[in-house]
Amino acid sequence: MTELQYKETVVFERPTALTPTQTTYCPGCTHGVAHRLIAEVIDEMGIRDDTIGVAPVGCAVFAYRFFDVDFVEAAHGRAPAMATGIKRSLPDRFVFTYQGDGDLVSIGMAEITHAAARGENITVIFINNANYGMTGGQMAPTTLPGQKTTSSPTGRDVELAGYPIQMAELIASIQGTSYVVRRSLHDARNIRQAKKAIRTAFEVQKRGLGFAMVELLSTCPTNWHLTPPDAMNWLKENMLPVYPLGDYKIHDAVKSAGI
Amino acid sequence: MTKELIKGNIAFAEAAIRAGLQAYFGYPITPQTEALEWMSGRMPELGRAFVQAESELGAINMVYGSACTGARTMTSSSSPGISLMQEGLSYIATSEVPVVVVNVMRGGPGLGNIAPAQSDYNQAVHGGGHGDYSPIVLAPANIQELIDITYESFDLAEKYRCIVMIAIDGSMGQMMEPAELPPFREIKKEHPAWAIVGAKGRKPNLICSLNIDEVEHEKVNLRLLARWNQIRKNEVRFKEYYLDDADFAVVGFGTAGRIALSAVRAAREKGIKVGLFRPVTLAPFPEKQIEALAARMKGLLVVEMNTGQMLDDVMRFGKDLSPVRFYGRPGGVIPLPEEILREIEALATETIPADIHPRDLWFDRLTAELGLTYEAA
Repeated sequence: MTELQYKETVVFERPTALTPTQTTYCPGCTHGVAHRLIAEVIDEMGIRDDTIGVAPVGCAVFAYRFFDVDFVEAAHGRAPAMATGIKRSLPDRFVFTYQGDGDLVSIGMAEITHAAARGENITVIFINNANYGMTGGQMAPTTLPGQKTTSSPTGRDVELAGYPIQMAELIASIQGTSYVVRRSLHDARNIRQAKKAIRTAFEVQKRGLGFAMVELLSTCPTNWHLTPPDAMNWLKENMLPVYPLGDYKIHDAVKSAGI
Repeated sequence: MTKELIKGNIAFAEAAIRAGLQAYFGYPITPQTEALEWMSGRMPELGRAFVQAESELGAINMVYGSACTGARTMTSSSSPGISLMQEGLSYIATSEVPVVVVNVMRGGPGLGNIAPAQSDYNQAVHGGGHGDYSPIVLAPANIQELIDITYESFDLAEKYRCIVMIAIDGSMGQMMEPAELPPFREIKKEHPAWAIVGAKGRKPNLICSLNIDEVEHEKVNLRLLARWNQIRKNEVRFKEYYLDDADFAVVGFGTAGRIALSAVRAAREKGIKVGLFRPVTLAPFPEKQIEALAARMKGLLVVEMNTGQMLDDVMRFGKDLSPVRFYGRPGGVIPLPEEILREIEALATETIPADIHPRDLWFDRLTAELGLTYEAA
């Protein structure tokens, strides 16, 4: 018998900033992707010991189970206020909020807007999947015109329920912000670009340059009643026209920092 | 140290600063705003955190975040603002992070007015946010006591990892009195083991009010209750005046207690053996003391600046032992010493019907006196 010799090279593994836990997310949902990107950035920047996360109410309510960093769990929509309190008391720590569209755009509109206006030196990761996922797929402020949800059963009627709120554009219009971009998680190329944006958002915080928000267009196969691949396509075909990807605010200080 | 003439709102703000306050978050609301204004200058000049929040909702959640780091944190507001903060207070109580909240109560319900009132007693003591929890509620009756209580409140909050609410009213917030401010304490340098500060060299800490497993959340409820029972045992505070030889006692807290003291002194001059029992902790309520007081008095007069909220607590522990009479002025009206003196005289001379609730008797007396008529119940 010849003894076989193997030389193993690790080419892919779980980021250390993610706990070895199964997530509570549905199959095909992009929350897992977004978590991984944040964890990779924490690992690459070597900031695990100095990072504090603020979890939302929504599908990511258990986010604290999946990241190996100190965490608090905020009330619905209040994550930016809580992050403000943490950051003001511990200015040298990295503080990030992770919020969905119901949390951030609806009930938490005041908190996010004023955290942005104050230029709080925090990083906001905003997951936009055009519905309330946790409660079973109700209409969100980000639901598309005509989109059927459990609380807009005949499709969102803009005459009665208004239009989607483009959050990246809205937040970027606030003078106090430093870095506001929209990315998408529907394919590999866009996921790589999302990762770069998350890294930049944390680098902005590292340099004390102020408020950074990365909006991530995300899928919700379960509540959209689509297979994961179809959900990716649905996002591409329906969400991208309403929520164009792009850099909505890159402050000169961020540009000149070369990050 | 010497006494200086100092306004209530500024007194508690400066006392908190001297107690080692590290972060203050608030929102302007009359009659509390001077505290926010004072903090806006003092905190930054001392290198400490201050944010004027977008709302009381924002403020209390900033308080929540800051308190999670173990920093000494407080906010202050007035009745409508405290109502808005109840969401955050419920989360804070469940998460067992220490915070200090000052409620400079004003006339309610609703937008009410900006006059002094005590009508948030039930909200502070029995309710507030959703769920089973109890904050410590302290009710000083003068500026010096307000300073002393505020100075100590952070130690209490940290000892029990709970909310300490200091309940005063608009008159105490606005009045000036000679008082002595305490010395500066050093800012805490250590973070408690439970604090959220970054997980260096350890597993992550989590501060959370969520337990999706109801059996686990039942345990949280029971742990909060166990701590509350310790508080009930250790922290009951009250003041007694002229009670040693008294036949009758007035029971009143805060400003109502203070006005009642003037009335008690006037009654003493008229030869009525009356004293004053002033609860300082509204929660934990001085249950045993009220019971003992009722057992040795011929009658109790409860005086409040509301429609008889503490009255119900006094009756819970004292009504079978002594007749109880009530006098209150709600909606922002301050009772005058003469009104309370008249009530004391009536207490000493009239028989109190046992089968009619003191609130009903008072309602009929007050509405008759004010010339108001309402549809019979």
